[in-house]
Amino acid sequence: MAVLSRDLLLALRRRSEVVNPLLFFVIVVTLFPLAISPSQAVLQTLAPGIIWVAALLSTLLSLERMFRSDFEDGSLEQLLLSPCPPTILVLAKVLAHWLVSGLPLLLIAPLLGVFLALPTEAMPTLLITLALGTPVLSMVGAIGVALTVGLRRGGALLSLLVLPLYLPVLIFAANAVAAAADGLIVTGQLYFLGGLLLLSCSLAPLAAAAALKISIH
Amino acid sequence: MWYWLHRFSSPAYFYRFAGKATPWLAAITGLLLLAGLYGGLVLAPADYQQGDSYRIIFIHVPSAWMSLFIYVVMAAAGGIGLIWHIKLAEVVAACSAPIGASFTFIALATGSLWGKPMWGTWWVWDARLTSELILLFLYFGVIALQSAGEDKRTASRASAILALVGMINIPIIHFSVEWWNTLHQGATVSKMGAPSIHTSMLVPLLIMALACKFYYATSLLMRARAELLEREHNSNWIRDALKNHG
Repeated sequence: MAVLSRDLLLALRRRSEVVNPLLFFVIVVTLFPLAISPSQAVLQTLAPGIIWVAALLSTLLSLERMFRSDFEDGSLEQLLLSPCPPTILVLAKVLAHWLVSGLPLLLIAPLLGVFLALPTEAMPTLLITLALGTPVLSMVGAIGVALTVGLRRGGALLSLLVLPLYLPVLIFAANAVAAAADGLIVTGQLYFLGGLLLLSCSLAPLAAAAALKISIH
Repeated sequence: MWYWLHRFSSPAYFYRFAGKATPWLAAITGLLLLAGLYGGLVLAPADYQQGDSYRIIFIHVPSAWMSLFIYVVMAAAGGIGLIWHIKLAEVVAACSAPIGASFTFIALATGSLWGKPMWGTWWVWDARLTSELILLFLYFGVIALQSAGEDKRTASRASAILALVGMINIPIIHFSVEWWNTLHQGATVSKMGAPSIHTSMLVPLLIMALACKFYYATSLLMRARAELLEREHNSNWIRDALKNHG
């Protein structure tokens, strides 16, 4: 809990780090109508994919913050030495990361949906997929950051490691939103996303904790 | 058996054993390759629908099998290295990654060459093609992580974790891609469903698959020896081994 509130406080003190990925998310989404076509019909079919790809990229942008600064000033080492089990520590870190970078995406997504002419019926689904999917992105991303935090040029490597692992989330989430826009039932996709969330919550902290130990060593 | 395993996992013993086994394995690989290629390219009849271009399966299918097989070996070896801190397992995992990536690439390239005359296009976003491509990305991730660290052992252990995480993800990715694809279009899947294969084609295919397995073993042992020399260059047994060599 202490780690969680500390991370949140740190994020509050450095607001630009929180705001930048969010602005990135908005800007990437606005690139697509300019690059492809402003036509409502085209945008409507592309909207779920665009929003989700942009969410993936902006999560990727903010991932490094999860462990990097703590690693550099040595506090990560102290945290791992503390009696608190490392999996709980990772869980707190991931939760803080999601609250700072995932939740804002959720709040701003409806606006972008309107930008991209997404039908209003699909809005709830968009929000639900983001609510279920972005924590998975933070969870799986934690493994990637934990693996690369000890390396000097970890940034590009991180995307190479993490993006293939993000594909199931992307497929189901974007598909659910597209199906909802067509007026179809999407419970199957949502259950699958929920399953991914549970799986990543239970296994990712273990892998990330093991990876952190290796990186610190 | 434990005694044997224990001895085998010592780098010095493995180095000597691998040096002796490599020529034999290479010879078996060569023979099997010759037999398989002769059976596949000369003896097997042309397909009544696809003509001679189906013959690419004799390299395509074994490579696709190997691409998955090597990933499993790599993840298992990585896991063993992580749990029991066996250096040799780390070396095996590290040396498997480039071989597996090559097989994956061969499977993709030959599939694409075959797809052009058969499907009329180099690339289709078919479920199998897509998951194979993602498998290639996973291999690239493991290789990149392996070469990123300064300390080889730390890098090996990090990439072992990545390989294990990928191992859990492979079925998820495979099924989600399949599901995604069936929602979009299903035409290519029925094109893939060929009638059950004739023995004259099956036998060379299996021989080629075996040849690929032996090729992997040969190449793995050679790479592992080189990797061991590099990692253990300060240890006594290498000095002795090199002295005996002259």
